[in-house]
Amino acid sequence: MSKESSPASEPAHLSRRGLFGAVGAGVALAGAGAVVGRVTAPEPTTPHADVVEFRGEHQAGIVTPAQDRLHFVAFDVLTDDRNALVAMLQQWTEVAERMTRGEETYPDGAVGGPQYVPPKDTGEALGLAPSQLTITIGFGPSLFDRFGLGAQKPAALVELQHFPGEILDPTLSGGDIAIQACSNDPQVAVHAVRNLARLGTGTVAVKWSQLGFGRTSSTSTTQETPRNLMGFKDGTKNLKAEDGAAIGEFVWVDPADDQAWLAGGSYLVTRRIRMLIESWDRTTLNEQERVFGRYKGTGAPFVAGDEFDTVDLQLAGPRGPLIETDAHIRLASSESLGGIKLLRRGYNFTDGSDGFGHLDAGLFFIAFCRDPQKQFVPMQLALSRTDLLNEYIAHTSAAVFAVPPGVADGQYWGQGLFEGTGTQ
Amino acid sequence: MNKTTCTLAAIAGTAVLPLAGCTEKTEADDGAIAVTATDGACDVATTDAKTGNTAFQITNNGSKVTEFYVYGEGDRAMGEVENIGPGLSRQLIVSLPEPGTYQTACKPGMVGDGIRADFTVTGEALTAPEAGSQLADAADGYKRYVTSQVTALVETTGAFVAAVKAGDIDAAKAQFPTTRTYYERIEPVAESFPDDLDPRIDLREPDVEPGQQWTGFHRLEKDLWAQGLQPDTDAIADQLLADVQELQQRVSDPEFTFDPIQTAGGAAGLLEEVARTKITGEEDFFSHTDLWDFQANVDGSQAAVAALRPIIDERDPDLGTRIDQRFADVDAALAQYRAGDGFVSYDTVTEAQRQELSNKLDALLAEVSNVQGVIAGQ
Repeated sequence: MSKESSPASEPAHLSRRGLFGAVGAGVALAGAGAVVGRVTAPEPTTPHADVVEFRGEHQAGIVTPAQDRLHFVAFDVLTDDRNALVAMLQQWTEVAERMTRGEETYPDGAVGGPQYVPPKDTGEALGLAPSQLTITIGFGPSLFDRFGLGAQKPAALVELQHFPGEILDPTLSGGDIAIQACSNDPQVAVHAVRNLARLGTGTVAVKWSQLGFGRTSSTSTTQETPRNLMGFKDGTKNLKAEDGAAIGEFVWVDPADDQAWLAGGSYLVTRRIRMLIESWDRTTLNEQERVFGRYKGTGAPFVAGDEFDTVDLQLAGPRGPLIETDAHIRLASSESLGGIKLLRRGYNFTDGSDGFGHLDAGLFFIAFCRDPQKQFVPMQLALSRTDLLNEYIAHTSAAVFAVPPGVADGQYWGQGLFEGTGTQ
Repeated sequence: MNKTTCTLAAIAGTAVLPLAGCTEKTEADDGAIAVTATDGACDVATTDAKTGNTAFQITNNGSKVTEFYVYGEGDRAMGEVENIGPGLSRQLIVSLPEPGTYQTACKPGMVGDGIRADFTVTGEALTAPEAGSQLADAADGYKRYVTSQVTALVETTGAFVAAVKAGDIDAAKAQFPTTRTYYERIEPVAESFPDDLDPRIDLREPDVEPGQQWTGFHRLEKDLWAQGLQPDTDAIADQLLADVQELQQRVSDPEFTFDPIQTAGGAAGLLEEVARTKITGEEDFFSHTDLWDFQANVDGSQAAVAALRPIIDERDPDLGTRIDQRFADVDAALAQYRAGDGFVSYDTVTEAQRQELSNKLDALLAEVSNVQGVIAGQ
């Protein structure tokens, strides 16, 4: 089912290095940075697929094998002029596509332009490889209250309800438009977000943003399961791109679901989950494993030997079930949730410190699903009520966005929404 | 007063047309159009003129300090006279060589767009546009603006310093933000002199280096609002007046000219000042009069862009329109915080409101940062 943009089949080391030799001393410096970038950035798992195709039936950055780095940003739309918003989306689409190919925002944008004009590309990605950059756009519920878009608002696109125990920071939540930039090189992801924000100046303004330094999900069977900052393998049972039937059932919006413009799209839910890691780090291994219901070392569920072994929630232990009633994997399992699944694509973060001698660290949870009300909300309700993990985490932000389908040749992000056509 | 008129006339004379010098002032007086300004009206006796030099005699019958402007296309200031106190009369001689519709404006309280009226100029155009003359016109126009601001700065600083030295704290506090307005409109000019003139006048306390003496507006601000008058306050006040007089002297030097490319850079620089540091409220830390400074920086930037406007319009007509819109947006955002003749205290402006101002400034800067390239012809 993976008609989504897949990694290009041709070896595609199209590099921003194309600039080399054109300009002199400044480039030598960029060249040096490029070497460092190459050394520090992990090699892509598929070395001949450094470019992820931007256009396709679905947007890239959803079932694309999760890259190692994230820069996520939510924008407020400032303008009341629908034409200005559409013009920005057209410009963004054009520039985003070039950046995913490893090119500058505009040809010769960084250093090839006039001396007395601010460069059209900010330049920090000169010489860096495409690094599987994907740029994915989403539209928040608040956008549909404006620009005459009310009739196009999908029923499932409503701000997430309050969940027990959460105290959210409104300045880090919501937003009219979201951009998710993922890459195997953090600087490439930051460059993408920065340049889109810059092009949008006056039309949009950054509301909040989040860096993620390491993926906490694998979205392909070709990937190792990474560990979160609690030291546990995370998302072992995640949906995988290779399972086309499940992706079709749980990720992509069907034409019959709701709004025609959203067919082939998805919904994106974010949760910034602060981990009280100092508290966690004082907890015994026994307690840590009890909370999750898995072994920390292998990631295997209790008494099984391998990470991917079937979880047996019925196994009896000396005092009640072996995997406790409120263990994280039990509550989050599709078995406990009537078969519900999500595509998780989260990232570890540390945002400095909290002023109390603790690191402000955690998991920036990202999930894609076909209907957040039917998938994310029941799962989060189950977790927020009784999850043993709640003692060690605090949700600090939340957002939900409708993710339009992929863009076909010659089209722009959100064209179906703004021009009222069924497909893009 | 006569000195002011002479200075303005002489500077204007360098622009396009040879103007009557100071000695021939009586001629201008004879034909001068009377302008009667009050707090709510700007009565211009005649609303048309022939191409050439036009003299206005502005009398302020209101209770607020006022200003008088003649604007061309895109709010390009063709001439202006600042700081006309209640009961005073000033003359402005302005060169209007092209026929067309201009605007006159009085600005009671020195804020806002002013009370405007059309002013029609008819007759033959007196100068044929020549290649290269646009750049020279722009440079002259901006120099004229800077000169008028510096002249007003010296006058208002004199009154501010007198109030400080008389120990009249309330009067000094009232004059502090309006005096700074004339400095903030043209600050990049002071910064352009290759010595410490700007730090002497405008250094902020956190920027003082160990062993450096802290002088200027912000030291007096701290005395007035935070720590009371100090044994050396009078000396600091005298030094401030001497420093702004030095600025006036340097600006008035016939050798001192403006490079239009630098002027374009200065237009963006003034806005960057607001966007980068002033938005946080760190500029007027003790007095919270930051909004006066914002408005002055924005006005100064707009004046610099206006001086360049004929070149912008010729090379990139859409840019001028977009800049006009963005300036209007910023002015409207600032206008929300007007109170009486001035602004509310900046510490009453919430984070969300500061964010809104910041967004508008960013949007304006995105356009103004393109002016330099247009002027440079690249």
